[in-house]
Amino acid sequence: MGYLILKRIAAAVPVVLVVATIVFFLLRLSPGDPAMVLAGDMASPQDVAEIRARLGLDRPLPVQYATWLGEMARGNFGVSILSKQPVLDLIRARLEPTFVLAFCAIVLTVLLAVPLGAIAAWYHNSWIDRVVMAMSVAGFSIPAFVIGYLLILGFSMSLDLFPSQGYVSPFDDPLAAARHLVLPSLTLAVVFMALIARVTRSSVLDVLGEDFVRTARAKGNVERRVLWRHALPNAAIPIITVIGVGVALLISGVVVTESVFNIPGVGLLTIDAILARDYPIVQGLILFFALVFVGVNLLIDIIYVVVDPRIRY
Amino acid sequence: MALASAPPPSPARRLLATGAGLARSRTLVIGGGLLLLLVLLSLCASWVTATDPLQIRPRARLRAPDWTYLFGTDSLGRDVFSRVLHGGQVSLMVGLLSAALAAAVGTAVGLLAGISRLVDAVVMRVVDGLMAIPSLLLAVAIVSLVGPNLLSIVSAIAIAEVPRVTRLVRGVVLTVREEPYVRAAEGLGIPTPLLLVRHILPSCIAPLVVQTTHMIAAAILAEAVLGFLGVGFPPELPTWGNILAEGRPVFQRAPWTIVFPGLFLGATVLAVNILGDGLRDRLDPRLARTVKATP
Repeated sequence: MGYLILKRIAAAVPVVLVVATIVFFLLRLSPGDPAMVLAGDMASPQDVAEIRARLGLDRPLPVQYATWLGEMARGNFGVSILSKQPVLDLIRARLEPTFVLAFCAIVLTVLLAVPLGAIAAWYHNSWIDRVVMAMSVAGFSIPAFVIGYLLILGFSMSLDLFPSQGYVSPFDDPLAAARHLVLPSLTLAVVFMALIARVTRSSVLDVLGEDFVRTARAKGNVERRVLWRHALPNAAIPIITVIGVGVALLISGVVVTESVFNIPGVGLLTIDAILARDYPIVQGLILFFALVFVGVNLLIDIIYVVVDPRIRY
Repeated sequence: MALASAPPPSPARRLLATGAGLARSRTLVIGGGLLLLLVLLSLCASWVTATDPLQIRPRARLRAPDWTYLFGTDSLGRDVFSRVLHGGQVSLMVGLLSAALAAAVGTAVGLLAGISRLVDAVVMRVVDGLMAIPSLLLAVAIVSLVGPNLLSIVSAIAIAEVPRVTRLVRGVVLTVREEPYVRAAEGLGIPTPLLLVRHILPSCIAPLVVQTTHMIAAAILAEAVLGFLGVGFPPELPTWGNILAEGRPVFQRAPWTIVFPGLFLGATVLAVNILGDGLRDRLDPRLARTVKATP
């Protein structure tokens, strides 16, 4: 088992390396001197020269590339143009709201979408199934920010139930935090729920045809128990896999949701950095998000190996 | 050569044959009909509404929807309905072009990866890396670096979709390669490029059509998000993204500036997605059970 886990970790390394390479070349897409792009619009010639020297941007491309990889490996993600603070510190300062938001969205999804998908599979081809699937397609199609604004219109402007802007830390004031989190986490969760409900449905549908489900029935289990105790746990693997893949959706969603609800998390940092053309932060964030994505999927792979004895790579 | 020139029922013919059956599928009729209606509305925008989408009316700012201004007016007094219809032309074009580009590039790369071990090793690493970067972030970064224009926006959206197509096509190639008819063609000494195009590519078409439909939906959404975040087309051009972005500051006073364009956009994407699901059920029953993650 230890060997398998090591193998998984080893497989994740090249992915991170490729991402770092893409981020490196991304900056060279800009029609201009990368040192100028990194220094920003307001930089003095000295600033530009300093950056050029530090990153070795006057040297050949392979040397630049090696320098860049070295800096990244040492955890040096560069310095923000505007605030002059290390990018990693800026990201760290914004992590809490984003993680709280993402956590709430995932919990909502698991609590709502998984049962809905399982029920849709159980009542396959019935009206329940059709309603769930229709909601799922709609969830894919309506952009998150439109859903966010519709929620604000309904629950904040008309009913005045929840605040529409800002963030309160649950560690300071749990009640106010919960009120602030309802609309954003719903907004963020919609796409994710659409995806998970679909996967749960098809996965449970597959399992329902298996022999052990028939056996469970033959043993005289109540139908409800067959679904929740026998079918769903065995359908879990694809669902968990897609939760991992869906992290990418969640990250894109975080950027949009935080922008709509004005939540000072990593997503808002991304948009502010892009609009301010603060590219060291943008580079750092892309790498950071990719690392989160790879990390979560690695974790899920490891969980499989530990939990499911059938999995042998 | 006789064998090679008579491949199994060509997918093109199969497509035609199912064409008649397609009309019988309810999802296809609903999705296709809705989409046709919305696309026609956008294409014929100048006939549907006589108002100029760019005309500024200082005295008619933030008017609530009524019979003159079906979707109300924005903060400059421009007719939102007319802007949404005209904006649709750009947004739909971006959706189509991005999906077409992604499908073309992804198919080419996927075919190569499917037949060459070396290409495969390199390509799949890049694909894994690209897929680890959230597509929205990649697109936003590219557009902001290169500058917003049709080419940069279409390519930025397409790049994020290419890995999915590559994986799909590569997967099909790897399975089909072992089929007896491909083996036979290979044995007859058919050159590899011809083998790929004549004998392997046709098997990719059904899943590709489905995937491309879903990519059109994703690309239309991506354009809207880019515009919404302020990194899309120049603000003077009405696109769905830009219209939504302009509604943001006045949303509390004039919710219609976001709700109507947003719902119009949502309906279009929904129609494309329903069409895609219908095509999938129709063209490839095996695919109907598996799920594709189309954000």
